[in-house]
Amino acid sequence: MDFNDSPEEAGFRAKARDWLAAHAPAHVLKPGEKMPDTEEADRGRAWMRELFAGGWSGLTFPKALGGGGLSGAEAVIFSEEEGKYHLPKGPFTSIGTGMALPVIAKHGNDEQRARFIEPTLKGDITWCQLFSEPAAGSDLAALRTKAVRADDGSGDWIVNGQKVWSSWAHLTDWGILVVRTDPTLPKHKGLTFFVVDMKTPGIETRPIRQISGACEFNETFLTDVRIPDANRLGAEGEGWACCMTVLMGERLGSGAHRSGVEPLIDYAAATPDGRGGTMLDDRAIRQQLAEALAEEQGERFFQARLRTMVSKGENPGALAGMVKLAYASRYQKTNGLALELRGLAGIAPEAGDTATGDVQYDYIYSTVMRIAGGADEVLRNQIAERVLGMPGEVRMDKDVPFDSLKG
Amino acid sequence: MNFDLSDEQKMLGEQARALLSDLSPFDRLRHLIDSGADWDEELWRSLAEMGFLGAAIPEEHGGLGLGALDLGVIMEALGAANAAVPFMSSIVLAAEAIALAGSEAQKAAWLPKLASGEAVATFAYAEGPGPVFAAGVQLRDGRLTGSKSPVADAGIADIAVVLVAGGGFALVELDQPGVLRTKLESFDQLRPHYRLDFIDAAAEVMPGTGKLDRLIDQAAVQAAFEAAGAAEACLTMARDYAMERQMFGRSLAGYQAIKHKLADVAVATELARSNAYYGGWAAESSPDDLPAAAAAARLSGIKCFEMAARENLQVHGGIGYTFEANCHFYYRRERMLAVHLGNRGFWADRLLNAQPGSQAKAV
Repeated sequence: MDFNDSPEEAGFRAKARDWLAAHAPAHVLKPGEKMPDTEEADRGRAWMRELFAGGWSGLTFPKALGGGGLSGAEAVIFSEEEGKYHLPKGPFTSIGTGMALPVIAKHGNDEQRARFIEPTLKGDITWCQLFSEPAAGSDLAALRTKAVRADDGSGDWIVNGQKVWSSWAHLTDWGILVVRTDPTLPKHKGLTFFVVDMKTPGIETRPIRQISGACEFNETFLTDVRIPDANRLGAEGEGWACCMTVLMGERLGSGAHRSGVEPLIDYAAATPDGRGGTMLDDRAIRQQLAEALAEEQGERFFQARLRTMVSKGENPGALAGMVKLAYASRYQKTNGLALELRGLAGIAPEAGDTATGDVQYDYIYSTVMRIAGGADEVLRNQIAERVLGMPGEVRMDKDVPFDSLKG
Repeated sequence: MNFDLSDEQKMLGEQARALLSDLSPFDRLRHLIDSGADWDEELWRSLAEMGFLGAAIPEEHGGLGLGALDLGVIMEALGAANAAVPFMSSIVLAAEAIALAGSEAQKAAWLPKLASGEAVATFAYAEGPGPVFAAGVQLRDGRLTGSKSPVADAGIADIAVVLVAGGGFALVELDQPGVLRTKLESFDQLRPHYRLDFIDAAAEVMPGTGKLDRLIDQAAVQAAFEAAGAAEACLTMARDYAMERQMFGRSLAGYQAIKHKLADVAVATELARSNAYYGGWAAESSPDDLPAAAAAARLSGIKCFEMAARENLQVHGGIGYTFEANCHFYYRRERMLAVHLGNRGFWADRLLNAQPGSQAKAV
């Protein structure tokens, strides 16, 4: 066992570090810098172009398809080094690289690969995800947006329905879309997968006013949207398999954003306890922060074990879900604790108390972490079923034609 | 990075598990409790024969000279079996204390005997209710005065390493007139505890000073391996029982109330095991990282075993409350492991104190 880099890994890290030192600073966001969404997305594209020019985009993507062809371990090293800079990264670029590219590579044809892969790696095409619907979240296969062939013999598809939680749909170029093409089949079987140009007439995106006050998520209405058959990925009825490819990427990728316990320790140390000390001297606070820190460290070393599995060609499967399951609840709990230890000033801070602003935002945003990319309950089911070998859920709708289901 | 056990370590763990499942089945544990035995002496002999007792004792003193991770996989197996042997007392604590703080003569006199199982040792640190690391026992001119209580495995131990006033260690042979051993009722029925009264008892000072922190950090890592092994055993037992048990026309294991609970136990166990791995690696290869690593391992070990022991019994329902079922061994041992070596509050302080700028103010 060795927790440190091997000589090869250390060499790779040095190379990544050197390149980043030369190229990243020009793209770094200033602390507290606020900008319109459009500018943030543009700066994200610029960083993608820089990565592509330097040969650092699509690191684990096969070389033959324009990626770096590197190992998972090397990609982690690069992202660790990249993470030392506050760069314009977010769903506006990661949905393309983490979700659209894997599904296009696996289920697309040569023409589609040629059309989309390189422009996506370069940041010329950005993507949004049109999966969830008002009545289809964790139970994604319950989706109702439907596509039928146009009756003009063109082979085109006409899509009608509503999608929701489509991050950055208002600013991205293309969407990955799953729809129902045959409602007479059981729900997982009648689905088909498309890529859709977000400028197509009939697509309307409306920002959702979220509890955080931000509007990065949208609802997307599709009204008689015409999609050429050339934009279908995989065969008719292969939509569910495509979704699985995408969601696997989401599961493995959703470990990326990390807001740790250490800033909260500093926050406690910066909060007076009224007895001449700080809240970090408080027994109860110390206990809870230490438990959270121990869990966070365990998660870091657990990820190191998963990385080692991947580098040996083993598939961690549902074990990977443990990371997000542990993280999301801890993120909520620790930020809730931080607001509490601050006293009433945690609720209404003085102007300029940015630390409290961050804690408040994280406490609100932690609810997203527990729902998106596999809700806590879905992950627990997966761990119980796939890691512990316990029985699957009772599914009343599995073999029933979709159009005979109630509701 | 290669953050996995070596093939040799995995094999060592397999061997330990195989031996324990042969020699220490649950009926054996029940028999030991009924007979009032202090330990499973036969199992101890077998562990000695296999070389497990001397795994981490230096070769020059009759051991195999292996490291903390090797010891860890053995501890994980012992935790899983809930074995009735003084491995923590004699090997992880006392032998390590002698190796860290003993004179050359003390090492030469005792380590080979501890490695072979010919002698058993314990580490005496608590002095009644309150914080477990207490140093009221006085060592003056080779005579020991005061009391330690409770002390695990003191009934079968030949010697004790005693934490004394000033924070140093004394080495005392227990079979002498100046040492009074009184057996206590132990909540963990498979880990006996004694009160030790030292009445002008002959003792040797151990020359190494300031070794307590290192000793308990190393032991905390081993305790995390033990806890992860025990938690995993509880998880498997609960899963297997739920799979078999039919409720309202289907398997109990199919209900989310059960699945989700056990998924949470599985996550806590993997996090604790990961912290134990890192702690073992730090103990061997990166000593500066050991204090934080040990404290994190200890805290997450306590947490996972606590969840696992409680929920295992809960999943079993009424049968879990019977002596014939096997949940109680773990349910009792869990509390013992949660407080020996210092409780959560103690280790929470150590973890934060190991973070730069996070020391608690001296009160």
